Amino acid sequence: MTTTLSINQKRWLKFKANKRGYLSLWIFSILFGITLCSEFIANDKPLLISYSQQWYFPIFVDYSELDFAGDLDVTVDYTDPYIIDLIEQKQGWMIWPIIPYSFDTIIYDLPTPAPSPPTVDNWLGTDDKSRDVVAGLLYGFRVSVLFGFAVTIISALIGVAAGAVQGYYGGKVDLFFQRIIEVWSSMPTLFILIIMLSIITPNIGWLLLFVLLFSWMGFVGVVRAEFLRGRNLEYVQAARALGMSDGRIMFKHILPNAMVATLTFMPFTLSGSVTILTSLDFLGFGLPPGSASLGDLLAQGKANLHAPWLGLSSFIMLGFMLSLLVFIGEAVRDAFDPRGSY
Amino acid sequence: MNSAKLLLKARDLKVHFPVGNSWLFGQPKQLVKAVDGIDLEVYQGETLGVVGESGCGKSTLARALLRLIEPTGGTLQWCGEDMLAFSRKQLIAQRRNFQMIFQDPAACLNPRMTVAECIAEPLYTHEAQLSRKEIEAQVIQMMNRVGLSASHRNRYPHEFSGGQCQRVGIARALILKPQLIICDEPVSALDVSIQAQVINLLKDVQREMNLALVMIAHDLSVVRHISDRVMVMYLGKQMESGTYQAVFDQATHPYTKALLSAVPIADPVASRNRKVQLLLGDLPSPMNPPSGCVFRTRCPEVSEHCANIDPQFSGDISHQIFCNNVQL
Repeated sequence: MTTTLSINQKRWLKFKANKRGYLSLWIFSILFGITLCSEFIANDKPLLISYSQQWYFPIFVDYSELDFAGDLDVTVDYTDPYIIDLIEQKQGWMIWPIIPYSFDTIIYDLPTPAPSPPTVDNWLGTDDKSRDVVAGLLYGFRVSVLFGFAVTIISALIGVAAGAVQGYYGGKVDLFFQRIIEVWSSMPTLFILIIMLSIITPNIGWLLLFVLLFSWMGFVGVVRAEFLRGRNLEYVQAARALGMSDGRIMFKHILPNAMVATLTFMPFTLSGSVTILTSLDFLGFGLPPGSASLGDLLAQGKANLHAPWLGLSSFIMLGFMLSLLVFIGEAVRDAFDPRGSY
Repeated sequence: MNSAKLLLKARDLKVHFPVGNSWLFGQPKQLVKAVDGIDLEVYQGETLGVVGESGCGKSTLARALLRLIEPTGGTLQWCGEDMLAFSRKQLIAQRRNFQMIFQDPAACLNPRMTVAECIAEPLYTHEAQLSRKEIEAQVIQMMNRVGLSASHRNRYPHEFSGGQCQRVGIARALILKPQLIICDEPVSALDVSIQAQVINLLKDVQREMNLALVMIAHDLSVVRHISDRVMVMYLGKQMESGTYQAVFDQATHPYTKALLSAVPIADPVASRNRKVQLLLGDLPSPMNPPSGCVFRTRCPEVSEHCANIDPQFSGDISHQIFCNNVQL
């Protein structure tokens, strides 16, 4: 027990020793943590309403106008002066999030035509559909990162399983699958994605599926190599001689060796899939119109060169996030590198 | 010996490895005949020593006997059943009866598992019904039996010396109470002082559990110390075999005689006066073995017809040789 712990402790210490990577991890975690609660930071609904001695939580519950003595049974628009008036009549009050717009809130009372430049209300201005850029960035970051995590984890699972089978059985199995992978990986990924996504109506599920079709192959190579090496290790042979099942040998005896390669590869897959999602969004084949996405914001920046806050803010956000991921990836790679055990 | 149960029987066992492929599909270009027609029997409770130079196919033979490498020809019987006909499931289930001890004691233990986990591994596979407590008790008992302190059970293999690691390997092989253990040069990686301890340990547990051992070694003194019967191999073929007395004291085959004459003697006078029969040249390539008798290129007693005729078998089960010139 002490030894495994000390190996991992050493790795953690080495990771921490890489100041840039360690700092990046902190910044990334904080940013991701913040965006996870975007609904409480940027929303067009108040956090809390006090109305006739009662508490209302509009973020969690959809209220009807009838609840606030309105006339129609429709969902409340809390920015409507009529509603605000109704609430204030009963000595009620509302607590708003820091940014009183959600990513899809269309702001009607802009001082200038959309896209409007940064103001006190809209810190980074609005896009050409009169939506707040900061809110868009928050939600867009979250979608990108969650999408990236989903792609990375699922493709790691598939890739490790495929690589393990190939490497462990070797021979004809390996030969066959290796050829399939060669053909499959030489496909022009982005174009195929575009063709497929223009056939169906894209949503996040379809996007995930199509990106996964290609992203799992990245893991196969490294895992296969580890298993090809691992199956000839003497203790693996010994395990076979003891009569253990193939599955147990693969998971218990060889997989731990392949985990280092897999973990090292993960941050780069993460940043890669964020890029894919952004490029698809940028080209208009990604998330459906009206969703929060960094790629969509970039495309708007390109379409509205007279409104540089659009392109700049999305570019900086994206560049910053990808840099953080690459720095973390580098630090992880160095921490797991057995040769650099200084 | 003959009243004992016949455990393992191999007839004309062959392991040929293809080397390189001819263009596109088709037959492999060449075959390495690592094991080429070996006959052997292993009876309950006895030790069969297999000796030969490095590269003569001993380790391949060991693995082929357990079907860790699939034999490419011949027959293999376990307790009278055709072992080559076992399905994968049957084979895995049968593996508890025949175990193996490896050459490099440190490499054959998973560095990420404690020694107790290493020893318990076979139990998890073959006796899955046992509770954690029972497994622990068996492991401790086995560790004590092979001379390891049970208090060391949570250590990792790299914290042990080579001899201790080999004891762990032996404990792991013994924990299922097998009937046969194949030892692939179990002591050649160890210090001489440790070698004796490990060999004696093997001998003790053999007597206690009525184990059959197949002891593969290139060190004749190890084989001499432990074996009941001995087989001498050269280039994948059997040269001479028989009881320990027959092979060591009445060596007849020119190769066996040469091997024996190279064993150091711990008596300077005798050592100075004896005639060492040095073999000339190197082991021929197993890809392209000599025709007729494979030993003829280095044989001091070679005659013309050796290149044309396969070696003649002579003798009986207690002592047999394969040679054209010398008959029993």
